[in-house]
Amino acid sequence: MIVPIIIRTLTLGGVYALLASGMSLIFGVAHIVNLAHTAFFMVGAYGMWFLMRQQGWGPIESILVTVVGVTLLGLLVYRVFLNRVRQHPQAILLITIAFALVFQELLVLAFGSHFRTAPALIQGSRLILGVRVTNQDLLALGVVAVVMIVMWLVLKKTKLGIAIRATANDAEIANLMGISVPRTLLITMGIGTALAGVAAVLMAPLWVFYPYIWMSPLTMILAIVVLGGLGSIKGSVIGAFIIALVETLVVFLLPQHGYMTTAFALLAMIIVLSVRPGGLFGTIFEEERL
Amino acid sequence: MLKRRLNDFRWGVLPVPGRLMAVIFFVFLFVFPLISDARYPLLIVTLACIYAIFAVSWDLLSGYTGQVNFGHALFFGVGAYGSALLYKYLGLPPWATIPLGALIAALAGVVTCLPALRLRGPYLSLLTLAFPLLLSQVARAFPEVTGGYIGIRGLPALAASPIGRYYVCLIVMIVSVLIMWKLTDAGSKNVRTGLIFHAIREDEITARATGINTIRYKILAFAIGGFFGGIAGGLFGHLLRTVGLGVFAISLSFQAIIWVVFGGIVSIYGPVIGVFVLYPLVELMQGTAIGEYRNLIMAVIVILILCFMPEGIAVRIRDKIERQCPRCKLSNAAWRRECRACSASLRHVADG
Repeated sequence: MIVPIIIRTLTLGGVYALLASGMSLIFGVAHIVNLAHTAFFMVGAYGMWFLMRQQGWGPIESILVTVVGVTLLGLLVYRVFLNRVRQHPQAILLITIAFALVFQELLVLAFGSHFRTAPALIQGSRLILGVRVTNQDLLALGVVAVVMIVMWLVLKKTKLGIAIRATANDAEIANLMGISVPRTLLITMGIGTALAGVAAVLMAPLWVFYPYIWMSPLTMILAIVVLGGLGSIKGSVIGAFIIALVETLVVFLLPQHGYMTTAFALLAMIIVLSVRPGGLFGTIFEEERL
Repeated sequence: MLKRRLNDFRWGVLPVPGRLMAVIFFVFLFVFPLISDARYPLLIVTLACIYAIFAVSWDLLSGYTGQVNFGHALFFGVGAYGSALLYKYLGLPPWATIPLGALIAALAGVVTCLPALRLRGPYLSLLTLAFPLLLSQVARAFPEVTGGYIGIRGLPALAASPIGRYYVCLIVMIVSVLIMWKLTDAGSKNVRTGLIFHAIREDEITARATGINTIRYKILAFAIGGFFGGIAGGLFGHLLRTVGLGVFAISLSFQAIIWVVFGGIVSIYGPVIGVFVLYPLVELMQGTAIGEYRNLIMAVIVILILCFMPEGIAVRIRDKIERQCPRCKLSNAAWRRECRACSASLRHVADG
């Protein structure tokens, strides 16, 4: 009982961490709550399915095209639409949800609302402590770990990472220090959607996709990001595993109430928010506190 | 008395195109059954009345007070389920269950705003997004009480005939919108809430520093928004005679926001126009060749309006056809050269 719970928490938490840290990064730097984040993820998964199943492409070129395509789509949406209303947080929330709906409707029109799954990147499964785990799950977990470490190194060590963190800290001062803020924001948006694209590549063979799939992970990701503190990547990684644990426990302990996972995840979020209004690792600036 | 009203109409309404259009609009709604008493169009306009209450209540809470609520369907759902359960267990008639259900929704508003009071901006929006989801899953977990996935059926109808139901909804809509309009009127001498709601949205800290108990007024805004959202929900339940989990849907919450943003946020009349333009339009599309594109069209409309006309369509039109006198602050038709009361020149007043 304990081992399957741990393994499921790790695999689920890995995907959630990938999605949530992308969303959190975009919020922390550009102050954009991107509600279309899981819609980008869904578009990526459909890309994998379309290229591999319909077009018969190999895995490597499908992965490349999907990740690059999703990133470009994110950059386009940011440059043409989001950039315009960046100063109005409510308009951002609305416009991103509208984009999620646009993607959903376009996918319905293009492929219908059938269930789709991409073929596995690597076949087979193995026993770990008496529990059968597919190799695809292990691959996903490994890639998530590598991506998170690379992202941490980029943010901590490179010049670009310093520029991103400076912009997140204070865009005005960063601008005065010679950092091109609009370009940094654009790059951040690119990294965020690229993370969603990577998550899509990993999850396309594991999850069943349909054009409305963006909604339920979105509520989970929102719970994670808010629980961890908007803008804190460390918070969203820890939050991802907390929420994944909550979800797994509900599935394992209350199997007849499996649909209650969202309710319990949101309950966890509400409890954390009532104790710490800025989430676990979020910051609320002194002047904003009432 | 009658003469005074007529004078008011002659000098207060006729010269201002916006007010004249509002009067024509409501007269049109009152005679609508004479134009078409077919079941389907009447049902559409009846539903539009209900959604108008819902959209305006969102505008009062989120537009005026700035507490952007992403889960307004919570109040709609609590109102609908509240009145349905009151009928199911106590057998009360609709005229009693709808206001009582709305009171329960107002209570739900107060309860949800208690954690929300500490949060601001996106945190608040995301927290409120969670509540209707939470409640819909709770409703699903107790099928003996709430009917589970199917919901509660066989509620008593609002009135015997479709025309009767239409007039009930229309009159409730007009009364509710009038009350909310008065409550949010910043220039009013008797009601202070309008001015205070504006102040809270613009700068909460300054409002507190001026001696306003902003917490109390935020709770009040949640209660009022919840009450009228609940009225809309109760009417909806009794109109369709069934209440299901759909009343908690995220799409309903966002629908309200879309109508308000389309018509014009922070304006009360904007949401009403938004509902009465968009809702029938979408329903008309349903049967036609472009029916399957209607959600796509809606989403694209929202994106374009937000990017290029953020003040909303109704407010934009009103700014085009009305101009405020710089001296006495009366509204004038945009094509007048002089103010209708004090004859100050209007030629150099900028648009909007």
